[in-house]
Amino acid sequence: MAFVQQSSPHAHSARPTSRVMLWVLIAALPGLLAQTLFFGWGNLINVVFCIAVAIASEAALLKLRKKPVAFFIKDNTAAVTGLLLGLSLPQFAPWWVSAVAVISAIVVAKQLYGGLGSNPFNPAMVGYALVLVSFPVAMTTNWAEPAMLWDGAPGFGETLATIASGQQTAVDGWTMATPLDEYKHKITTHTAAEVLNHPTFGEGVAKGWEWVNAAFLAGGLLLIGLRIISWHIPAGFLGGLIVMSLAFGNNADLYSPLSLHLLAGGTMLGAFFIATDPVSAATSHQGKLIYGAGIGILIYLIRTWGNYPDAVAFSVLLMNFAVPFIDHYTPPRTYGHHKARRGVPGSQG
Amino acid sequence: MTQLWDFSGGIHPPEHKDISTARPIRNAGVPDYLILPLQQHIGDPAEAIVEVGERVLKGQKIADVKTGIGVPVHAPTSGVIESIADFPVPHPSGMADRCITLKPDGEDQWCLRSPVADYRSLERDEVLQIIHDAGISGMGGAGFPTNIKLRPPRDRKVSTLILNGAECEPYITADDMTMREKADEVVAGLKIMAWILRPERCVIGIEDNKPEAIAALRKATEGTQTEIAVVPTKYPSGGEKQLIQILTGMEVPSGGIPADIGVMCQNIGTAVAVAQAVFEGTPLISRVVTITGEAVREPGNFEALIGTPIEHLLEQAGINQDAVSRLVLGGPMMGYTLTTEAVPVIKTTNCVIAATATELPAPPPEQPCIRCGQCAEACPMELLPQQLFWHAKATEFEKAEHLNLFDCIECGACSYVCPSSIPLVQYYRFAKGEIRAQQAEQLKADRARERFEARQARLEREQQEKELRRKERAKAAADAAAKKQAEAEKATDEGEAVDERAAKSALVEQALARKKAKAEASQPPGSSAAPAPSAPPAEQKPDIEALEKQLSQAQSKLDTMQGMLDYAKAQQADNVEKLERAVAKNHDRVQRAEEALSEAREKLAAGLTESQPTH
Repeated sequence: MAFVQQSSPHAHSARPTSRVMLWVLIAALPGLLAQTLFFGWGNLINVVFCIAVAIASEAALLKLRKKPVAFFIKDNTAAVTGLLLGLSLPQFAPWWVSAVAVISAIVVAKQLYGGLGSNPFNPAMVGYALVLVSFPVAMTTNWAEPAMLWDGAPGFGETLATIASGQQTAVDGWTMATPLDEYKHKITTHTAAEVLNHPTFGEGVAKGWEWVNAAFLAGGLLLIGLRIISWHIPAGFLGGLIVMSLAFGNNADLYSPLSLHLLAGGTMLGAFFIATDPVSAATSHQGKLIYGAGIGILIYLIRTWGNYPDAVAFSVLLMNFAVPFIDHYTPPRTYGHHKARRGVPGSQG
Repeated sequence: MTQLWDFSGGIHPPEHKDISTARPIRNAGVPDYLILPLQQHIGDPAEAIVEVGERVLKGQKIADVKTGIGVPVHAPTSGVIESIADFPVPHPSGMADRCITLKPDGEDQWCLRSPVADYRSLERDEVLQIIHDAGISGMGGAGFPTNIKLRPPRDRKVSTLILNGAECEPYITADDMTMREKADEVVAGLKIMAWILRPERCVIGIEDNKPEAIAALRKATEGTQTEIAVVPTKYPSGGEKQLIQILTGMEVPSGGIPADIGVMCQNIGTAVAVAQAVFEGTPLISRVVTITGEAVREPGNFEALIGTPIEHLLEQAGINQDAVSRLVLGGPMMGYTLTTEAVPVIKTTNCVIAATATELPAPPPEQPCIRCGQCAEACPMELLPQQLFWHAKATEFEKAEHLNLFDCIECGACSYVCPSSIPLVQYYRFAKGEIRAQQAEQLKADRARERFEARQARLEREQQEKELRRKERAKAAADAAAKKQAEAEKATDEGEAVDERAAKSALVEQALARKKAKAEASQPPGSSAAPAPSAPPAEQKPDIEALEKQLSQAQSKLDTMQGMLDYAKAQQADNVEKLERAVAKNHDRVQRAEEALSEAREKLAAGLTESQPTH
């Protein structure tokens, strides 16, 4: 009889890309749950909508590119891109803002570059940065006021109607400046104690946000525990942010305190779920540390001295640019070699 | 407690070792026929020293290595040599190679053996000779001849001798069972090797998933200096470089050998073979082979004669022909699939897996690389597998080499963990093969260039020499003419001088005639290179030139043929013999032309001297 002819190895572990992506989706659930509990239905609706749009646009583009649609949709990567945007966008962002973000992420940032594995930039962050620059009003005024889902937050129907209406700004009483935004703008004229009186900060560091960040941290640790992501990028990311904050901004009357940097805004989501997109990140352990640290440092710089209250998207994209450069200089030292062989043949370094 | 180090990366695939450890090692018996490949290891093939139809005894040498790196092959049982022909041999390509087939006569009659009770009374070289004569080559990996390995370069003192009992690949239990059942022989073999090498440290490395083997060896080494190092189970801890790192904390330099850092690794089976060769005088004619997989009913280990067809062993293990979908020779990580079960057990065959379709399923279709880096996490050599993959796929071989492609040990850990199911190892093999082919091509081109340049230099040199001779001739002719003139003037005055000159020119004429006759006689009949040296100097010039032209033509033809032969040899084409004949013919032709030419030149020189008037 004819035996199967196959090149070694003959055994394979059973964790395909689709499963890896599924774990990312699962690990993000605690964060999504916290967002929903503390800020209402907005994020959940956005996540579902963004995932649907992501899969639809991925399918359309695969069809146009004459690629097997089902084969690639099943890898769950489009769903992850949709998820990340749904988690990042303001709760009351009008539907078309989300749609523009998702479509530009999938169509421009991913498929036009050659699809999965070929995109130099993090697709979700390309979409996010695009709508942040294009629709500044919709992207800054639609953040939900922290309010428990069962106590004070707008109902599901109302939230859905607001998002679906396509209005640039949502009902005034539902929204509030984010803690990072509030602190950054008030601290120039107020003391830290006065700024922190604002209801957006609540009892702890930043009402609601602290739990959301804690939940994303927990999900991120799960991913590290499952060896789906390595610890290097989050460690570099948070390390860079912490060092910058301690070195330049330890006066709470002048700058946002470290606690706010870590537990408000998209810090933990960015550190564990966004910056760790392997396709657009650096390769080696050392490179990942540098890449993560670069993002952390840039986030601090933009948050503190830039025009934007948060800066995950811009920082990630800027470091995406630097990835080939980082990879060039950070190959690991191979067994049996005295030192790493940097660069490419024929070049300096 | 031995200090251990960790190696980077590694994986923990399901072990599946208990399938084949439930039964003791069984004797596979004597099959209907034995197939003995002449090349069973790295190095040069042995040459058959028996005739078809000859009866041989068990243990009799039937093939030997005259020159080069290799070891002899012995008859595993007594019987009659049936043929010396090409048969399928264990090789990833499924190729056929020269084998001796032996029809056992069932008597199992030994040849005369000469066991050595006290090897310490012998010279080390004598023991190495015994190991060589017993046909022992490494029984774990590539099968390097053991006697050569045991004689490291003079400047490489082996301070640590490692016996590799890690056996990290799933399924394989041949070494495990050998250690359990033949611990004393393992230790005896190790002692012999240690006596030869005189290391400071002897250590047996075993993975902690083999408690029985560990216990057996602990007992066998009681009261000796030999360490038993129990290493954590992690694939590929049994890779030579990894085990050395685990046990010594040192790394084998890239492109180097363990002896460079004073370490040597030997295989468990090799140790047993060495002990048997010395104490029993038994050559390497059998080995332990694991027959396992879900498609055999009674998996286990077999003591099989070298040359036993795999088919015979599968039958003994109760193969279910309908269930087997894939036959793997070796382990599931680094083994290769067989096209036929007719191939024989050779000295390096440690395991055959008869796997069902569900046991080793076909991998899912390849997806794009998402640079997740799991491969880099798993790589025991600390390479960047995904970067190597990109470069191999884009055929950017220079970049792949720069990222240390050739340090890859093809352990398969990267492919094993790849979530995109990319056959990474296959890409690396492809890249390595292409680079080697390019290098061979380059070498050939360099040789051709060197030949061309040498030829150019030679032609130039000859041209210069010719020019020089021409000038000398012209000068001589001018001198002669001047002298003649002077003599002629003188002759008008002195009558007797004329007679003298006439006598002289008669002598010259005689000499020329003699020379012509001689030249004609010495010319081989039918040769086109007929020199005509009898002509006067001025007319001799064109003939020399014609000869030189002939010689250079023959030379260039020889060069072309030599180039074609080299290429054919590199390609292993079947017209090698024909080309070799052609080269030999052309070589003769060049030689003849050269002879003719040099002769012609001699004549010419002689002619010049003779024809020169004396005074």
